[in-house]
This record gives sequence, structure tokens and C-alpha cells, in this order.
Amino acid sequence: MLPGSVPEALELLASDRAAIPIAGGTDVLVHWPIRLEAHDRTYVDLSPLDALRPLSWTADELVLGGLTTYWDVIQERRARDEFPLLAAAARQVGAIQIQARGTWAGNIVNASPAADGVPVLMAYDATVVLESRRGREEVPLDCFYSGYKEMQRRSDQLVVAIRIPRRRYSFQVFEKVGARRAQAIAKVGLAVTHSEAGWRVVAASVAPTIRRCRALERLLETGFGPQGPDDLFPAISQDVAPIDDIRSTASYRRRVMARLLFHGLREQWGRRA
Amino acid sequence: MKRREALTKLTGRERYVDDLPLEGFLWGMTVRSPAPRGRIAAIRFAKGVDWSQFVVVDHRDIPGPNVVALIEQDQPVLAADVVRHVHEPVLLLAHPSRDAVRRAVRSVEIVVAPEPATLDFRVSPDVLKHLKIEKGDVARALAQAPVVVSGTYETGAQEHVYLETQGMIAYLEGDVLVVKGSMQCPYYVVKALQHALARDESKVRVIQTPTGGGFGGKEEFPSHIALHAALLGLKSGRPVKLIYDRGEDMAATTKRHPALVRHRTGLTRDGRLLAQDIEVVIDGGAYVTLSPVVLSRAIIHAAGPYACDHVRIVGRAVFTNAVPFGAFRGFGAPQTQFAGERHMDVIAQTLALDAVELRRTNLLREGQTTATGQVISDGTDRVAVMERALELSGYRVKQRDHATFNATQATLRRGIGLATFYHGAGFTGGGEVALKSRLRVAGLPDGRVEVLSASIEMGQGTLTVFTELAAARLGLAPEDVTIAEADTARVPNSGPTVASRTTMIVGGLVERAADDLRRRAGLDDAAQGDAVKQAIRRWHRDHAGGTLVGEATYEKPPGIEWDDTTYRGDAYGAFAWAAYTAEVEVDLRTCATRVIDFVAVQEVGNVLNPTLARGQVQGGVVQGIGWALMEECKWRDGAMANNQLTNYLIPTSDDVPSIRVAFLENPYAHGAGGAKGLGELPIDGPAPAIVNAVARATGADPRVIPLTPERLMEIMEERADVRRPA
Amino acid sequence: MTTLTMTFTLNGKQVSVSVDPVDRLLDTLRYQLALTGTKEGCGEGECGACTVHLDGLPVNSCLVPSYQVRGHRVDTIESLDPRALEPFERCGATQCGACTPGVVMTAWWIGQHADLLRTHTIRELMAGNLCRCTGYDGIVDSVAEALRETGGGRRET
Repeated sequence: MLPGSVPEALELLASDRAAIPIAGGTDVLVHWPIRLEAHDRTYVDLSPLDALRPLSWTADELVLGGLTTYWDVIQERRARDEFPLLAAAARQVGAIQIQARGTWAGNIVNASPAADGVPVLMAYDATVVLESRRGREEVPLDCFYSGYKEMQRRSDQLVVAIRIPRRRYSFQVFEKVGARRAQAIAKVGLAVTHSEAGWRVVAASVAPTIRRCRALERLLETGFGPQGPDDLFPAISQDVAPIDDIRSTASYRRRVMARLLFHGLREQWGRRA
Repeated sequence: MKRREALTKLTGRERYVDDLPLEGFLWGMTVRSPAPRGRIAAIRFAKGVDWSQFVVVDHRDIPGPNVVALIEQDQPVLAADVVRHVHEPVLLLAHPSRDAVRRAVRSVEIVVAPEPATLDFRVSPDVLKHLKIEKGDVARALAQAPVVVSGTYETGAQEHVYLETQGMIAYLEGDVLVVKGSMQCPYYVVKALQHALARDESKVRVIQTPTGGGFGGKEEFPSHIALHAALLGLKSGRPVKLIYDRGEDMAATTKRHPALVRHRTGLTRDGRLLAQDIEVVIDGGAYVTLSPVVLSRAIIHAAGPYACDHVRIVGRAVFTNAVPFGAFRGFGAPQTQFAGERHMDVIAQTLALDAVELRRTNLLREGQTTATGQVISDGTDRVAVMERALELSGYRVKQRDHATFNATQATLRRGIGLATFYHGAGFTGGGEVALKSRLRVAGLPDGRVEVLSASIEMGQGTLTVFTELAAARLGLAPEDVTIAEADTARVPNSGPTVASRTTMIVGGLVERAADDLRRRAGLDDAAQGDAVKQAIRRWHRDHAGGTLVGEATYEKPPGIEWDDTTYRGDAYGAFAWAAYTAEVEVDLRTCATRVIDFVAVQEVGNVLNPTLARGQVQGGVVQGIGWALMEECKWRDGAMANNQLTNYLIPTSDDVPSIRVAFLENPYAHGAGGAKGLGELPIDGPAPAIVNAVARATGADPRVIPLTPERLMEIMEERADVRRPA
Repeated sequence: MTTLTMTFTLNGKQVSVSVDPVDRLLDTLRYQLALTGTKEGCGEGECGACTVHLDGLPVNSCLVPSYQVRGHRVDTIESLDPRALEPFERCGATQCGACTPGVVMTAWWIGQHADLLRTHTIRELMAGNLCRCTGYDGIVDSVAEALRETGGGRRET
């Protein structure tokens, strides 16, 4: 289905609950020739909806459009300066060919536990803006996922924007551990930020959903001082549940997460907020 | 000379099998066994599909024996009653629509009554080949050795990931079956087609299309696809195209043999080798394919480029119900040399010796003999090869720098590792004689020459090197030399494009055939350039419509003697020698290893084309880096579960440093232009050099590749656990 | 939606084709328009052999639904001026050639955006083009050489 405008797209999504919006295609078309069951489904082509492409700045926010790509953000100097984790994550998504087509919104609604864009957006307290024929709904990204591939998006809703509050960050780091430097799915992803709003520790690939690690955030808020990575295991066990899968093992993921946090926050541990 | 077909490839004008225009063809696809072992109980075709629209082929459609002819006659073209591995071909389907045939493949159920499958080669009792090399008296020498160091090492399978997947086209031209496609060995395909289709050689024509990478993966496997496409073509009377999807290619075709190697080494306290007792086991998978020859090369290289009076190498290849393993660059030598070179460092560590000095003590000197008793007298200074690698890499300085670095860095560790190794070029022992390779160089009416051989171009530079050799021999410009398409209707059997033989051996036939052409044109051996062209043109004027062709057949160089029953003698006409260093940085947070510098020094006779030769080394090294660190086959029922490029990882440009290459030249008298074979050598060295470096960087003692971050972390944690108080 | 007839700019010319909704741009280029220079290596957006330019950016054509290029600009390897490829010939950028058109398309794009080398390395920008033959030095050297000759970029390994 080829809508000419956002309202038209919303109409189509409302009329066919099984229709799937498609933007850059970098998730939907993977292995397309052998995924025959996917051929029979109905898609709503979002690509001509130019209104959704640009990102914009207000006094308080950076707003990514529903079709803003990774490359759009890498190119945007102000975004690189103010939200360096966005560019850092974007550069580690696949390679240039994927960055040129993949959208932040697509990454959110694909809901992979290993997503690259979601952790940094969540660590920046992003809000997902959903539109449907029934109106607008805004969901904080850290409340967006309820289970593996389950999210607060109804099938008639479209992500039209991602709002990111502009804050002064005293600390921000993003680490993606893949099996190689590019074109790699994360085995462990971590985005950690600190601002006047407090600590955000977001982990990927270590649970059925990408999520904030509240126990770890509490440790940071309360000035806990670990002696070594192992001291973080109890909080990690509360926050995440890594598994063995085709890419890595639970025990590796757990250890890596502990080590990244321990070493990456060397200067931050043991200081009260 | 620049690669002669470079611009064609750079502009996208080179046409691979799937690029060729083809009228009225059917897409072919394969229906495969879902089980690793069992009897085919039923084949169910789903209702709701109009099967009359499809061409369906099963084993009953095979005119000749249901066998893909290779070394043994054990592998069926299509499984009849039993299956021996997951993905074994059972049925073939064809239809004008690729989408329709994909759906149809999903709609056929092969029902297998399962039987217990053997999936662990380490304990498989089913030996497909047994070989032994013996020199001196190992038992006595070990018993008397002041020190004995043991070690067990393992290497994993490796998938080729040629960027062009496998594919064939088959059609009839009159009563001649024509098969075109991506392949390394047109005459292997001819032989397989003749045999299973009960066709005379004159009724089979095989044409190699430009081949997008092979690395051994297109040595024997193309015969299967050729037969499949041919069967569909013969049954339907229409041209058939059969192209493998990447996932299918990765899951269903051959891979490098997994190996387990055990060393027991006797030495003096100052590190001189007294006895080498080596056991080699390789997983052949469900059928014989080329496993006996892989085993042969594996054991011949197992003792390394060292002098030792007492050696015993016992090797066995075993059957399992895995997808059959096959040729992959190196062909057994990378596996046993990983073990041998890692073991050298383990010895050094155990005896508190310097790893460089240990090698210096034992590297073969002029006049010493290998494990098979071959006298090495090629004049190469193997110690100088090693010294050059140490010099270029700054080995000693780096070792000191790393000590400081490692003491001051919180989470990074660096190390540098060395491997010294070798690779025999050409077929083992009497193999080249058995091949009886032939080649022709024709003189064309316009005075140019045409080289006719079955040696194909798959990126290693055959077209360019043959052009250079013929041009140099006859004093012609490269534009005056043309290389014929590898079409078995036109070209003689110059042997398979494997075993690092194409330049050294087949190139030698180019030179001799050019000489023969010159003589037949009435010239003496000194004639060059314009004189040659004019003589050829004159010959054609005097013999209108005639063919002027020079020929050459392989002749064994003098002094090469090999005994296949005792496995003693001169295993190869020439060995190439090498020393590689790898500098690594390990991130202790993730146990990920990054290669930050790599030096590859080798002696390969004369280097005929520096750009091509350097490219071969760099390409082989990066494949070795991948095999050592990130290429892991994850198995389910003996088949690859991670058969996607997302989950089977080969290095990207950002995963490897610049590979620094140097050649020491020592002309080999019996190789074309003084060259030795070079294609496979570069993949023998990187894995042990890297793992040795990681051992130095971290203090861990890895013995298995791929050394993934998970594996390294486990090793380091185990070691830490052992040292932690209870 | 059954077949869609659409118009787009292909290698500088307006082209009209009827495509099926399940067609990928890769399929349309190779099988319908007989532009076989663009290759399929994996079908999953990992290898980059299918790289084309879509509105001036390198993309994997195996992940682009054909219908999405209506009204847009597509450039393929067939549009390249062979004279620009001399450094690639000289520095050994190609061996078997299967990855080569994709490599060249990405390299060409880098050449047009040499300022990217202020923030990226050549190796990082080429990481979406897998090569199994060259070990990458021949490719990276070629890109660096081409940049040097056109006055952009700095020498790098």
C-alpha cells in the first residue's frame, strides 16, 4: 500500500490491522527470498512521507522524525555535539549501507533485544510519539517494551517522532560488544548517562527487552564502590537475565557487562549524586 | 603486468553464471534430508500444488550409476534409500518461476525413519583412511629424551564464503550436454557427468564461467550441482539454472575438516628436537570426498619445518554424519601446523626457552631431512626468512614495549607471536605424474597466440600469469596473448586448479608448449617477438585452414622419488617457506582479540607478479585471521546452524590491520619462471602466530581455534579459578 | 497491490518498469533490466556486493523494495567512468571480482565525500563490503590512491 500522506497511512493502518509499515527495509527485507510467508503480508510504504524525515530542534528538545535515519544523525553536527551517544551508536549499526537506510523509529518498533539505537535513546530519556486515527499518544521509551518483541504500539499506530530532552550530561558512554568491529549484532550493549535527572544505565542483548537497569542505577545514585566487576553481579542479576544463544553465552554476557560497567565508570563509582 | 581482466571486473562487466542471458530456462532447486541418518520412509508431496507444472527428478532418473565420481564411488548423486547427513540431496525440482520452485521445495516432505547418528569425530570408530609416517625409532627416542612435552590441539571447521555462491547452468546443444558454471576443475565435472549420466566424453561439454572465489570450495562440490542441473535439463528438455542461496550454500556444501592433533615431543633441555610423536584425527563427514588426500597433506606437514631424527605421525580420517568436509585452501596443512606451531610455543614456555631460539635451533638446514626423509637442499636460508620477519615486525622491541604496556594498562594486553611453517606445492608424491597434465599454445592466423588449458581464473591471477609467461617466453606483448575460455570441448586437461600448482606446474607447461609452438612454426628456440609473429602468420598462409599448436605434457623433475606404500621420500617437488608474526591487543573486559600488526615473510621462488603475489598473501592471511578468531561453525545434527553471514563472521576491512608482506627470492629451477606455488601457504601461519601472541599477552594457554572471546574468557576464568583459594 | 508501474531515474535516465511488490531493487536491476553488474552475495545486507547509490547514498539493493525507488535516483556500477578506476587496477583492488562492483560503488561514494575522512577511516567506511580474496589492503590502498589523485583525503593504511 502506497499512502501519499501521513493521515492516509494512518487510515490504511486502521483499516488493516495486519498491515506492516515499512521504512528503510533493513529489517523487513533481510533474507527476503527465502522468507516466503513474509511475501504474502501487506505492507504500508512509509518512504514517500517526507514530512517524517527531518529532525528538528526546539529550545528543550531534539526531535527525530519517524523516518530519520542513522546517517541523518551522523551528519548533524549539533546532534554529534549535544548527544554524542547517538552518533556513536549510529556509527556502529551495520555499516554505511545500513546507516543510510535504517531509521531510529524502525529500530524501536523492530523491538530486537539487541537493537543498537534503542539503548542510547533510552539512556537519553527519549519519548516515543505515536499517531493513529484515534489521536496522538506519547510513551517514554523506558516503558515501551513489555516483553520479548512486545511493545506499547497498537497495530494502527505509527511512530512519527522521537523526542529527546536537551540536558547537560556530566557523563555519557556507549559500548557495543559485537563479534567484530562492524556489521555485528550486539552480544552486549550498554548506554550509561548522568545528568541532573540522575543516572541511566541501559542494557541490550542481556534480557528479552532492552531496559533500564534500576538496581545498577541505584548503586550509582547511592555511591556504592565495587572492589571489582564481580561485586556488580547481584545488581546485574536483579536487572537482566542473559541467555545462551547462537551468538554468545549467558556467562560471557554477564561477565562482560560487569567488566564494562566496573571499568567504564571507574571515576563514577563511590560518589554520591 | 596489471591483472588483465581487472577493468572488466571493476566495471561490473564480468559475467558470472547468474549473469548470463538464458532463454526459456527453468530454475532448479534441491530437496534435502532433514535428518542426519536414517532410511527414507516416504516422500510426501503436499496437496494444493499443481505438481504437473514442475519437473521432478529423483534417483531413478539417473541413467548411469548413482554416484558422484571422485576418489571413491561412495557418494550418491541423490539419496535413494538411506540418508547419511542433514541436507543430503534427495529430490530435484524445476519450474520457470524461482518463487514457485522455492515454495515447492517447502511443500515436499522427506520422511526419514531416524537412526542414531555419529556426530563427534573425536570418538567415531568409523575410519575412512589411515596413514602413517615413520622415521627412526620414536618409541626409543622418547623414552630416552631428557624432556617430554605433550599437548593436544583442536581446529574448527571453516566455511569458504566465496562471494559468488555456487551455481550451474545445463542445457542440450543437439545431443551434447553443455554445463556451464562456477568451478575450479572442469575435467572433474566432465568425469562426474560422464559416469553418472552414462555419457561418452564427446557428448559432454563443460565450460567454466568466471568464478567468484573458490578456495577449494569449488573443487569437488560443483560436480554435484552440475549433475543436478543436468538431470533436470535432460528430463525437461529445457535449459536449467541452479544457483544456491547463501544460506543453502553455507549449510549444504563442504567445509574445512575439523581436526584434533596430539603431540608428544622429546627434546634436550636446551630445546633440540629428539622425537616427535604426533596423532592426527580429521572429521570427514558422511562421505569420503577428498578426505584421504587432506589427511595425507595434514600428516606430511604435521612435524613442521624442523629437523628431527625420530618422527612418527599417525593419522586417521573418520566418518561421521556431518555434512561432508572437503577441500579448503591449505588442505590439512593449516590444521596440523596450527597444532605444531602452538606446540612449539608450549614447549618454549614449559622449558623456559625463548620461542625464537627454539625455532632457530630446529629449523631445517641445508641437507637435513623432513619427516618423510626428503632431503631439503633448495638453498633457502630458513633462518634468514625468520630473521626477516623478526626484523620487519620489530619483534624484540615490541616484546619489551609490551611488557611495559601490560604492566601499566588496566584493561588492555598486548603480545606478539611467531609461526614458522612451510607448504608443499603441487600434488603429493606421484600425484602430478598421475594427473598427466597437458596444455596447448596455439598460433593464430594473425600472429597472436592462444593458451589452451583447464586451469581457471578465480581471482588468484591465472589469466595474468599465463599471459606473462607466454609473452615472456616468446617475446610478445601481453596483447598478443589470449587465454582460451576453459571449455572442455577446446582445452586439454591441465589438471585441477588446486594445490598451489597453477603457476609453478601448469605455468611450466605454458612455457614448454610455447617452445613447441615456436619449433613447429619453423623457428629456433632463440626467436622472439616480431620474428615469432611473422613465422606464425607465414605458417598460416602456407597451410590455409590448418591448426598450428604447440603442446606440452607434465614431466616429473629429476630426482623426485616417492613411495606411496611406505609414505617415504620426496613428498613435493618444492616447499615454500615462511615466517609470520602477529601482534595482538586483547581487551580484558571482553576478551576480544584485535590483530594490530601482521608481518608475512615468505620464500616462494621467484615472484612473477608482485601485486598478484602480495594479494594472495594478504587474502590468505585475512582468511587465517578469521579462522583463528571469529569464524565458528555452530552445529546442529551435523549441519551448520549459523548459516547466515550475520552469524558466521568473516573479517571486515575494519577488523584487520594492513598486512605487511615481504618476499625472499630463491629461484626454483623446475617452476615456471623460477616460481614455487604460493596460494595456500599464507593460510598455514596466521592462526598459530595469533594464538601464540594471545598467550603472551594474557598468560593464558589456548589450544583450540577459533579462539572466540567466549572461549578465551572461559580459559582465563578457569585459570583464575584454579588459583583462587578455596 | 499487484504489479506497479513506476518511473525512476536510473544512471541519469528516466526509466519506466512494472514491478511486483515482492521484487527487491536487486532483482529488478539484475533480472528485469539486465544490469547484472550489481551482484547478490548474501540477501541479508551483510556483504555489500549489491551496493548501489540511492539518492546519492550507498545502500544494499537486496534490502530495498523496488517500489520504493519510484521518483528517486538510482545509480549502478554501469554508470561509472572506467577511467576513474585506474588506481583500482594498479593497486590490486580486485581478484575474483564478485565483491568488486559493490566495493567500487562504496569507494566511489567515499571519493565524492572526502571530508568524511575527518571523522571516519577508510576501513570503517568500507566495512560494509566484505571481500574474501584481497584481505582488504588492495582495496584500501586503491581508495587512498584515488583520493590522493583527486586531491582529497589523507594517506592511510
